[in-house]
Amino acid sequence: MKGTVKVDESLCKGCALCIPVCPKGLLRVANERFNARGVHPAELDDPAELCTGCEMCAIACPEAAITVFRAVKA
Amino acid sequence: MTIQAPEPLLTPVYQYPESLTHVPTHYCPGCTHGIAHRLIAEVIDEMGVRQDTIGVASVGCSVFSYRYFATDFAQAAHGRAPAMATGVKRANPDKLVFTYQGDGDLASIGAAEILHAAVRGENITVFFVNNAIYGMTGGQMAPTTLEGQKTTSSPAGRDAATTGAPLRMSELLAQVDGAAYVVRRSLHDVVQIRRAKKAIRRALEVQRQGLGFAMVELLSSCPTNWGLAPDAALAFIRDEMVPVFPLGDLKVPDEPAAGAPA
Repeated sequence: MKGTVKVDESLCKGCALCIPVCPKGLLRVANERFNARGVHPAELDDPAELCTGCEMCAIACPEAAITVFRAVKA
Repeated sequence: MTIQAPEPLLTPVYQYPESLTHVPTHYCPGCTHGIAHRLIAEVIDEMGVRQDTIGVASVGCSVFSYRYFATDFAQAAHGRAPAMATGVKRANPDKLVFTYQGDGDLASIGAAEILHAAVRGENITVFFVNNAIYGMTGGQMAPTTLEGQKTTSSPAGRDAATTGAPLRMSELLAQVDGAAYVVRRSLHDVVQIRRAKKAIRRALEVQRQGLGFAMVELLSSCPTNWGLAPDAALAFIRDEMVPVFPLGDLKVPDEPAAGAPA
């Protein structure tokens, strides 16, 4: 795994601005569930572990809800 | 409220800034006020000046910014943030003092205060969030509203013959001798957001070097009052606002600052 992101769903307002900026299209709106605000939160859908931790989604997020992790070289 | 890494080999490279509180913001989904807040908080973190920064909040959607920044904050009367910041800075010359104002606040009722703060060359930093509309009060026409733009008080679109053309505050302030740093940036995509962050850093460095009045205008979206989805609102900034409010450096200090990022 090169990297990953975590969406803090308590902060997410479901604006979906993170979704088009992902170069690999790995983020989606979780239409099947709601967060405590009553909106469908964004979530990472990355079964093949393609996320590189490029930070684009975090830069586009107006709520600072996305934490980005990247693998450190051992 | 630290988010745990999912695997021990992964390290966080981007996380919630320390200079933001964990109070949920009242901003509408997709509003770029949140991005402006985050960028300012990140720069304060990177400069390590959270304990030495005093913000002055304005009236408008940004009125609650004192709840969201984890720095000292004061709340000014409508449009009077630069006047209050003048007093704060003169009484505390060793602190970094910034105002956070919208276009209804800064360009309309506060036009005199901002202009004369610049004329006096007050050593403060102003973050001017321009979304071309009055957001909090329900989407009325602002001085910065585009020609033809529909608002609740210009339902047929702004008519320049009776209400004038959009006011370009950065151009106005850049020709004032006391202004040291006046630039316009946008928040409509990742590249522009990165540029905006560099400008915010530079504007605070200008204040720290005592060079004079600094302002960063940030073109921002108002999805609710523009009646657009968040992504369409960003496209509106890019396609409609940027041609009227061209991005760029309107006034920068002559000498590049020592230690400033390129």
